[in-house]
Amino acid sequence: MSSMSHKHLTQQEFDEAARISLDALNSCQPLSLKDRLSIPVQEMPSQDPIIRRENTKEVALGYTENQAKVEALRCLQCKNAPCINGCPVRIDIPRFIKEIADGDFQKAIEVIKENSLLSAVCGRVCPQEVQCQLYCTVGKSLKNVLKSVSIGRLERFVADREREEGNIKAPQGKPDTSKRVAVVGSGPASIVVAADVRREGHSVTLFEAFHKTGGVMTYGIPEFRLPKSIVKSEIDTLKAMGVEIKTNFVVGKTRKLTDLIEKDGYEAVFIGTGAGLPKFMNIEGENLVGVYSANEFLTRANLMRAYDRGMAATPIAMSKKVAVVGGGNVAMDSARTAVRLGAEEVYIIYRRTENEMPARVEEIAHAKEEGVIFHTLVNPKRILGKLQAEAIECLRYELGEPDDSGRRRPVEIPGSEFVMNVDTVIIAIGNESNPLISQTTPGLKCNKWGNIIVDENCKTSMDKVYAGGDIVLGAATVILAMGQGRIAARSINKLLA
Amino acid sequence: MNAILNKKQLSQNVYLMELYAPIISGECRAGQFIILSLNNEFAERIPLTIADSNPEKGTITIIFQVVGKTTLELSNLSEGEKIVNLLGPLGNPTHIEKFGKVLCVAGGIGVAPSYPIAKAMKKAGNELKVIIGARSKELIIYESEMRELSDELIVCTDDGSCGRKAIVTEPLKELCISWKPDIVVAIGPAIMMKFCAETTRPFGITTLVSLNTIMIDGTGMCGGCRVTVGNETKFVCVDGPEFDGHKVDFDNMMARLGAYKDLESQAYHKCKLDSSLKK
Ligand SMILES: Cc1cc2nc3c(=O)[nH]c(=O)nc-3n(C[C@H](O)[C@H](O)[C@H](O)COP(=O)(O)OP(=O)(O)OC[C@H]3O[C@@H](n4cnc5c(N)ncnc54)[C@H](O)[C@@H]3O)c2cc1C
Ligand code: FES
Repeated sequence: MSSMSHKHLTQQEFDEAARISLDALNSCQPLSLKDRLSIPVQEMPSQDPIIRRENTKEVALGYTENQAKVEALRCLQCKNAPCINGCPVRIDIPRFIKEIADGDFQKAIEVIKENSLLSAVCGRVCPQEVQCQLYCTVGKSLKNVLKSVSIGRLERFVADREREEGNIKAPQGKPDTSKRVAVVGSGPASIVVAADVRREGHSVTLFEAFHKTGGVMTYGIPEFRLPKSIVKSEIDTLKAMGVEIKTNFVVGKTRKLTDLIEKDGYEAVFIGTGAGLPKFMNIEGENLVGVYSANEFLTRANLMRAYDRGMAATPIAMSKKVAVVGGGNVAMDSARTAVRLGAEEVYIIYRRTENEMPARVEEIAHAKEEGVIFHTLVNPKRILGKLQAEAIECLRYELGEPDDSGRRRPVEIPGSEFVMNVDTVIIAIGNESNPLISQTTPGLKCNKWGNIIVDENCKTSMDKVYAGGDIVLGAATVILAMGQGRIAARSINKLLA
Repeated sequence: MNAILNKKQLSQNVYLMELYAPIISGECRAGQFIILSLNNEFAERIPLTIADSNPEKGTITIIFQVVGKTTLELSNLSEGEKIVNLLGPLGNPTHIEKFGKVLCVAGGIGVAPSYPIAKAMKKAGNELKVIIGARSKELIIYESEMRELSDELIVCTDDGSCGRKAIVTEPLKELCISWKPDIVVAIGPAIMMKFCAETTRPFGITTLVSLNTIMIDGTGMCGGCRVTVGNETKFVCVDGPEFDGHKVDFDNMMARLGAYKDLESQAYHKCKLDSSLKK
């Protein structure tokens, strides 16, 4: 736990350092390329790891104004703006950063909004290091992607600023057209469709299976990474725009999709139901007590608030030793949630190395700071126990030849079995597509993984039916879901024009 | 929506509620269930079978036994009050066809989910016999309804206070020998279903059981409801709730059902104390 030993700086200390740099930088304007490249990355202030293990509050505290301005000065304002090519929704990144450097934060958020919604969310959860920041000239010049301009942190800063100052206004819509659109699901893809379609004056009804809206942002991603008040504020904006929200409504069960069109008078439907079908490993012992899918563990903890043991009616195991299988964001979220629920030891078990982990770099770093122990090149063989999980037997792996995805394939080392004692196992190896709608909607074409097939306009094989987000892409990201939502909304608006 | 139109106490701890839920009422079939919760923040979500429905009135009927915090709070609601969250119909409807001779075995509160199935089986032209089992006379529900429906009704109680002093597997075995049903539908506590399946196994009579696992979403998203059926993992909420009783790993299912027993009984006792203080 070496990372736990170096001194943890407070937000105030970061701010003070930034203020001093800013004064110095302002005194030598205009800055040369070299000046800009020599400004150090502004670190993200965070809660002290020892303290945050005990609470569910947000870990990353956000830049201060001084930090944001200093970080913005690191941007070289490249003419060709390679970062934009790395952004799935093509935000004009250099332009919004320029506004921050000039101190006009409201302008900055407006630039982002030309192409994107949900910036307070994306600024927090986008994997920037494989998107915009991967292409950043600063990172390239310094030969380290972690030294790129912190585009995501800046996005978060201006989005938070707008929300905290009460400047979010429900966008003005066109006059009502009396045409009705059904949006199924309430994750990021659906939120964007609802907003963009409503703005054209159509009435929109959002159907959500759960009792709360927000999709994975609500039931999956924990509070300590994405405060629920942020998700709520996005939903409140939809309500203020006049979007009707129906929770506790499973399309395909409560009402068939075709009935929405044929009987209930909806002229178009968008399906944004996400990738809600947990994968298991099909190993011995997987149904023992104490073995959870990450979806179940996180839903209990987040949506049902089981972390608040005094208040919540939904129980969750009092785990002492927890093994989390997987290396993505879902695995990190599960591990860090287990820490907060009071587990003494939490292990990540991943069959490749840390380099191949799909989780955001920041989440891996945060997990380590919080004391999560990483076992890489290890994969479970079976879970041991009579009725309750008592241990997990694993095999060691090494990396072999690259597979189709270009990642080196993990190969098991025969005879390398070893046993770890655990009382809880969380399987976080991914999600497949939930078949509830496709099973009850003949004519809706899916691929062999159950993902709905759409064309470049996000239209499905059925007339008037569009789809986007994880149900189309397989478990992907918030920004990609949002991007598809934009496309689908444009198509629906065209259909109804 | 979701208002309680009618509330009846059927036995000491068992209540019936008729709820106004027009969409669910119009869509539901025998064998399906709902999930409800009583507030948006800290409440838990519990599944309950739809015991009856009346699409003209737009209502569904649920029958529940007070066994924990949520069912206790539910039983404290009065007519006119609303269930905050009500989701359904979920699960697959029972496969109803003319099998010939159908034997329904219902234990305790399991009579409630058995009733619409028995009704639908009868309507499909089957000969119908029903065995109802309970610990004692006071705990028997739906006796007259079932009697009206069935060609023969056998009641047994553990203590002999009503009908035969026996557990349901005794008459079940006798009927397997003498009547030779084409299909048995056993619904009740897990342990009862397990022994019913064991009883019919040597006769090779198809035995359907309806599983009542712990659930959260009820849409296949969490896997918390999973059971082992013939070495395969199945999700009760979307693949069930009915399965071939001869293939279900009941020991595993019962262990999973009891996973939170300690935590739950703490919550129940706290809740009981709170509500008696309020009174
Ligand atoms: C734990 C976790 C952590 C993650 N971390 C990140 C991250 O850091 N960065 C990132 O970019 N992405 C992350 N993701 C992925 C990201 O959350 C998803 O890609 C994104 O939310 C997909 O959006 P969506 O709109 O397609 O659907 P979802 O957000 O999945 O929402 C779908 C909604 O539809 C509802 N629904 C489903 N079926 C029906 C039905 N039949 N009728 C009505 N409603 C229905 C569901 O209840 C759900 O609320 C994470 C995912 C998880 C699970
Ligand atoms: S209750 Fe969650 S998958 Fe069945």
